Amino acid sequence: MVEKHTPSFIRKGSGKKKADTTEQFEKAVSRLAEGKYVLRLYVAGMTPNSARAIANLKKICEEHLAGRYDLNVIDVYRKPTLAKGEQIIAAPTLIKKLPLPMRKLIGDMSDEGKVLIGLDIRTR
Amino acid sequence: MADKKAGKARFSRAGIPKCPSGIRGLDEITGGGLPRGRPTLVAGSAGCGKTLFAMEFLVRGALEHGEPGVFVAFEENARDLAQNVASLGFDLADLAARKKLLVDYVSIERTEIQETGEYDLEGLFIRLGHAIDSIGAKRVVLDTIESLFAGLSNEAILRSELRRLFRWLKGKGVTAVITAERGESTITRHGLEEYVADCVIMLDHRVTEQVSTRRARVVKYRGSRHETNEFPFLIGDHGIFLVPVTSMGLDYEVSTTRISTGIPRLDTMLGGKGYYRGSSILVTGTPGTGKTSVASTFADAACRRGERCLYTAFEEGPEQIFRNMRSIGIDLGAWAAKGLLRVHAGRPTVAGLETHILTMHRLSDEFKPKVVVIDPISNLTEVGNQVDVKAMLSRLIDHFKSNGVTAFFSSLVTRGVNEETSGVGISSLMDTWLQLEDLEKSGEHNRGLFILKSRGMAHSNQIREFLLTDRGIDLLDVPVSSGEVLMGSARVAMERREMEEDRQGRVEIDRKKRLFELKRREKVARVDSIETGFLAEAEDFKEYLRTETNRQEAARKTRGALGRARKADPVRAGGNAKKPAVSRGRR
Repeated sequence: MVEKHTPSFIRKGSGKKKADTTEQFEKAVSRLAEGKYVLRLYVAGMTPNSARAIANLKKICEEHLAGRYDLNVIDVYRKPTLAKGEQIIAAPTLIKKLPLPMRKLIGDMSDEGKVLIGLDIRTR
Repeated sequence: MADKKAGKARFSRAGIPKCPSGIRGLDEITGGGLPRGRPTLVAGSAGCGKTLFAMEFLVRGALEHGEPGVFVAFEENARDLAQNVASLGFDLADLAARKKLLVDYVSIERTEIQETGEYDLEGLFIRLGHAIDSIGAKRVVLDTIESLFAGLSNEAILRSELRRLFRWLKGKGVTAVITAERGESTITRHGLEEYVADCVIMLDHRVTEQVSTRRARVVKYRGSRHETNEFPFLIGDHGIFLVPVTSMGLDYEVSTTRISTGIPRLDTMLGGKGYYRGSSILVTGTPGTGKTSVASTFADAACRRGERCLYTAFEEGPEQIFRNMRSIGIDLGAWAAKGLLRVHAGRPTVAGLETHILTMHRLSDEFKPKVVVIDPISNLTEVGNQVDVKAMLSRLIDHFKSNGVTAFFSSLVTRGVNEETSGVGISSLMDTWLQLEDLEKSGEHNRGLFILKSRGMAHSNQIREFLLTDRGIDLLDVPVSSGEVLMGSARVAMERREMEEDRQGRVEIDRKKRLFELKRREKVARVDSIETGFLAEAEDFKEYLRTETNRQEAARKTRGALGRARKADPVRAGGNAKKPAVSRGRR
């Protein structure tokens, strides 16, 4: 699964078609059982912020969540409707879909401490 | 079509192109609307109507100017927003279905967001850009963008991003309305006026003596002339309504047409023809002098001519007015049923002064009456001070005059108070001023009517007694006795007395006539008796002359015979020697 994040933000969205909600739910439950992290990183084009965010996040994930995360990088320019649906205003925005609770992290992920708190990897 | 309008606006006298907001009254005070293609800041405290202002700008744009709009809501979601503006008659769902309006709800929860370094608001830009492009929007609302300050902590980033956002909006060529909370000492809490500097409108919601009034003011408008006053506005069933100010001057057309007052004798007093059309008429009087009756008679006369009449009542409800006026033979209810009369009744204290005036404006704009009755305006002072009332009324009167509407105001004055000061100080705004007086004398009250002034016509200077009969209002001549006017029973008594005097006078004449006749007859009789006495004397005298002449003749003859006999000298007539003998002979 690690290789999933290797393609850069140029990857087209999540690469999945809209799945049936029940199916989604079941998948989510199965991932939850595995203790998997489902992460979506929304960026707006290849800006320095985007590049830094991707690099920083990759590093953090590899260090702390190796083997149990699922990261998608999405370019909002290509999926503007997603920006509305996911309530994205800032870029970059990282959404932790799982495990619950859902969290939003914005910025270039340069503050590792805050990223770890935001991802509930470390408590304050 | 929108382009055509834009092109037209581009060459307006004001210099910069304007985008008509569609909000009634606003386009007049801004000289045509908001700056086209630029952002406008609408600032105000909570509950002053910012969101409605912004929404009406979009809805009117979509419906009336063919300009679709995007509403970015930071505070309410689309469903709540649609419900809130439904009361103004805005159907957001329908507009959205027709791709004329798009609502994008932006939710920012600080607790959900962790900031982990440098970021920008490109996500918002993309959403907005996508929304604008998807419906070809020409108008954008950001309500209230300051919510970003509550959701995000990095103010430096926010400020630079907002600056970029407004530049970007200008670049997009959309006319934008950005709402903001009012600050303590600044226009907006977060100083947005620094970035949105083209046009700033402040909305205000003030409560004075438990009565609230909304006001709007154009604080600045770069590159355009604009009104700087505060203008009251109303949020009614049809959106926002600002006092129209097109009629603020005195250069309206005047009419020479005259219309009846409904009281024939009052028409006579007003130069025989009644009021001028489009003039303002004030009737003042103490309680119970019949102001409402004069007002209703005028309203009735207007309806009889087939003209629409708006009757604003501050003291009585419509049904009560109808019932009361039926007692003097005026059936206003029938006119209301025919749709010629509309009665707008309400206690003055239910709303602020501006709200009342605005309501009248709105009603007159909607109903388009030829005659407006406001009964009474003095009650408005309950909800505003005199200066305010006068200012508002002069605007209202200007509005009526410029539309050729004849306005009839009644005003309650307090007994013993100088009418000049108690007439809400508006008498100078009035063209015709009727005064109803309650005259108390010898244990009764009577009503009197006179004309204090009536511009532009010869009018009677006399007081008339004012009677309410079951066939309407009647005016009577008032007799004057030893410098005092007599009314009511005093007038009746006076008339009785005059009749009695007349009768007595006739009796006296008869008596004198008879006496004179007697005198004449006496004279005749006396003349007769003198004549008789004189005739007797004359007879007597003639008799004497005759006998004496005879005797003297006889004596002369006798003396002649004796002389001849004695050969004496002939007798000299009247000879002295013989005289004693004659006299002796006579005796």
